[in-house]
Amino acid sequence: MGRIVLENVTKSFGETQVIPPLDLTIEDGEFAVFVGPSGCGKSTLLRLIAGLEETTSGRVMIDGDDMTEVSPAKRGLAMVFQTYALYPHMSVRKNIAFPLRMAKKSQSEIDALVEQAANTLNLNDYLEKKPGQLSGGQRQRVAIGRAIVREPTGFLFDEPLSNLDAALRVGMRLEISELHERLKTTMIYVTHDQVEAMTMANKIVVLRAGNIEQVGSPLDLYHQPQNKFVASFIGSPTMNLIEGPEAGKHDAHTIGVRPEHIEVSQTDGTWEGTVGVAEHLGSDTFFYVHNTGLADTITVRAPGDVRFNHGDKIHLTPRADVIHRFDTAGMRL
Amino acid sequence: MAIVAQSSKYGRTGRTALAWVVGLLFFFPIFWMVLTSFKSDADAVKPEFLFFFTPTLENYVNMTENYDYWRFAQNSVITSVFATIFALIVGIPCAYAMAFNPSRATKDVLMWMLSTKMLPAAAVLYPMTFITKSVGLFDTHFMVILVLCLINLPIVVWMLFTYFKEIPKEIIEAGQMDGVNTWGEIREILIPLAWGGIASTALLCFIFCWNEAYWTVRLTTTDAATLSKLIEGNRAPEGLFFGRLSAVSAAAVGPIVVLGWFCQKQLVQGLTFGAVK
Repeated sequence: MGRIVLENVTKSFGETQVIPPLDLTIEDGEFAVFVGPSGCGKSTLLRLIAGLEETTSGRVMIDGDDMTEVSPAKRGLAMVFQTYALYPHMSVRKNIAFPLRMAKKSQSEIDALVEQAANTLNLNDYLEKKPGQLSGGQRQRVAIGRAIVREPTGFLFDEPLSNLDAALRVGMRLEISELHERLKTTMIYVTHDQVEAMTMANKIVVLRAGNIEQVGSPLDLYHQPQNKFVASFIGSPTMNLIEGPEAGKHDAHTIGVRPEHIEVSQTDGTWEGTVGVAEHLGSDTFFYVHNTGLADTITVRAPGDVRFNHGDKIHLTPRADVIHRFDTAGMRL
Repeated sequence: MAIVAQSSKYGRTGRTALAWVVGLLFFFPIFWMVLTSFKSDADAVKPEFLFFFTPTLENYVNMTENYDYWRFAQNSVITSVFATIFALIVGIPCAYAMAFNPSRATKDVLMWMLSTKMLPAAAVLYPMTFITKSVGLFDTHFMVILVLCLINLPIVVWMLFTYFKEIPKEIIEAGQMDGVNTWGEIREILIPLAWGGIASTALLCFIFCWNEAYWTVRLTTTDAATLSKLIEGNRAPEGLFFGRLSAVSAAAVGPIVVLGWFCQKQLVQGLTFGAVK
């Protein structure tokens, strides 16, 4: 079990309220990702669930029990930190065994569980090494090992991959997703990287200034963003937001068109502009188009074999069936 | 390029020379003291015997025979060791709390603690003497240990606080998630991680306790008198006997100089503050 419910939770630091009243339910076994820009309160929210921060008001319920006043260790949750937070004076074995030793498990039980965790995470060759002798990815695996060995009801990940290089990040992302598939335990994962959110989550919680902007599956958020913030935050490259007469044609204050929903042509199209920068990724090409009269830049995602050069005239046609419409308050119409 | 390399070479040589000059300046009084301790009292005041004289051990023999050096030394060890231990017992939890659970008052508390070091000791001499005598603690080990512990506590807390601040808070929080209580955090995580800093702090505290003279001279007579008192006791009414005084002083600072020599690395680390990462 691992159902986590936040009821009317708020958090203030002095006079500043960083989490306004907030309700949220994470179902048992879900992989929920809190995503949002820096300072949006996502890490604070995770720490409130962990018990590392005290709530100003409201309740944190885990499996139906009120855990608001319960110490972090007794909430049955395990946390993986951005900086790994391994104990540098202990070997990998002792790091993983530490929570078990604190729980006063027998030595034979500790040994068995450490071996099991080491097998799961391919850490057998490093058990006697100190964290300082390991690479970033290995350290993060040790941190995960220390978390899984406790068999918690839920895992909390606080930007665990942001200290790793790009290639390692992709590998670890897959490992964590596979771990979730295997353990089927509730996981809450904080990131500012929307690609991580989209690829890993069952449920994404988009946060801005402590408020939940939208909760839903990755594809819900991609196809049905509730407001301009979610629309522009989810998806890479970001959605083109167009105001003015062009939006008026669609009875909206603002329309949103994703770069991949625009067709390009040399000869004809709805809009016309000049190619600025062209980024050739091989599989795709991103064109940054200027002088369209719609917005400063319109971003277009085209197949990799489409060729336009800097300064070329380009014609753009948005797919009518996937244009997003927003009112003056930025809410979806 | 050649000019830059040459000027940096001259700069380095100049800095090395300056370091030697400063080092020798600091070392000279100790050297002179040790030298004088091997002169007779008569020779010690004669300029012609500044460097060339007939060495004698009479001052050291006199010191051990007439002044019971070992009792004073023992008192210095007892009071300095226990004052350091108690300062750490109080200082570690105190610095831990301020480093990892700071409140708005933390900075002010730290400044207030340090400000007590600015209080002239003479201002509280009479109350202290009066109180210790009235409660029967005058000239006791307990009183000397208590006073040495308290006067060094601000610097101990400050140093430990600085070391503890170097430890990432996430490691302590990981401990909390792993089920450690507060004492467990201190015992299992904090002390092993800050061991170098704690050792440096202990060493400096011990040296300060050993060298303390104002209170140890004034709050003791015989039973708890330390080596500072022994030096002070050699100021005879008929004048200063430099040979004898130098022998006593050399014997008083000798152990701490030797200790300092062996612990140079820790001392430098302690004085330059913090490098547990």
